[in-house]
Amino acid sequence: MSTRERVLVDAGWVEAHLDDEKVVLVEVDEDTSAYDKNHIKGAVRLDWKKDLQDPVRRDFVDKSAFEKLMSARGISNDDTVVLYGGNNNWFAAYAYWYFKLYGHEDVRLLDGGRKKWELDSRELVPDVADRPATTYVAKEQDRSIRAFRDEVEAAIGEQNLVDVRSPDEFAGRLLAPAHLPQEQSQRPGHIPTAANIPWSQSANDDGTFKSDDELKTLYAEAGVDFGRDTIAYCRIGERSAHTWFVLHELLDEPNVKNYDGSWTEYGSLVGVPVAVGDEPGEA
Amino acid sequence: MCGAAEGGPSLEGVDVLKESIIQGVVVRDDLQPVGGAYVRLLDRTGEFTAEVPTSVTGQFRFFAAPGDWTLRTLAPHSTPVDRSVTASHGDVAELLITVA
Repeated sequence: MSTRERVLVDAGWVEAHLDDEKVVLVEVDEDTSAYDKNHIKGAVRLDWKKDLQDPVRRDFVDKSAFEKLMSARGISNDDTVVLYGGNNNWFAAYAYWYFKLYGHEDVRLLDGGRKKWELDSRELVPDVADRPATTYVAKEQDRSIRAFRDEVEAAIGEQNLVDVRSPDEFAGRLLAPAHLPQEQSQRPGHIPTAANIPWSQSANDDGTFKSDDELKTLYAEAGVDFGRDTIAYCRIGERSAHTWFVLHELLDEPNVKNYDGSWTEYGSLVGVPVAVGDEPGEA
Repeated sequence: MCGAAEGGPSLEGVDVLKESIIQGVVVRDDLQPVGGAYVRLLDRTGEFTAEVPTSVTGQFRFFAAPGDWTLRTLAPHSTPVDRSVTASHGDVAELLITVA
């Protein structure tokens, strides 16, 4: 099985496994109500905000809370988890990275996510799946795939920093993706020396990933030196999880981290260097 | 549902003066609204900036920056449709997009 086949499935694969009890479909959307309308048969929902974020601090739920969540959703350690969602799989990729953070063995993304499924007019149902509870055991967080603010600042001019937001967000002309209101507290701009490689360049219009050869060319031509470590970031860490998936999972590059604090944290820090405009800027 | 609502979604609760809004409705030739279509906002260089699915009434909205943009609409059983639009600060650009 190729690297790509281990981490990415297509609609045909999903349809062939709809009644496979060891395959759990999980929908994760920015619009968390999308699941209520309909979803792929048998899919359970994860709410990226309510389920995956600590209710008080800005951080993820801890290991025991993740174990409780998985157990309640009927997910076992040896299940194959197939994630999909809207927004070209942004939040599904975020959940993928999150599952890997807590050490789930077999996680895959549905290529193209909910959008391609809908555009292909495949079946979606309103019935909510009833999976019996399990006893899930998570691992300690794998910090080798998660970056924090201090190491991001230390990476300026030293590592590959990949800003995957749109060019207008990178330059500071927009503060958020353009489907959201633009009133934000943080400063506009990007981390100096970051290369702007929008997540969208790794995907086709229907949300499926480009081929490995196209992806390698994309990052190489944009100046990513795979001999160095890499940190990807965006606004809140979901689009950069999509790029983390491309680099770490599809292209099998080691030493790639997702900075989930991303621009909403970095752009609010006091005293850190910030660059504006279309150029990466100096260290 | 008979025919599409005019214009994009309601602006109630949106501070229009602080935003550069692009919005509208996606319809078929017979003006029936297309829910579940995908509208993507491309910047002046053609780069993806955002994408939203249309509501059941075919409506969509973006909070853009002032300038020239392209909207690319993907709907089931249709070829993608591109439309140009200019956004201005404090204003709402309204579009009616017809997909075959």
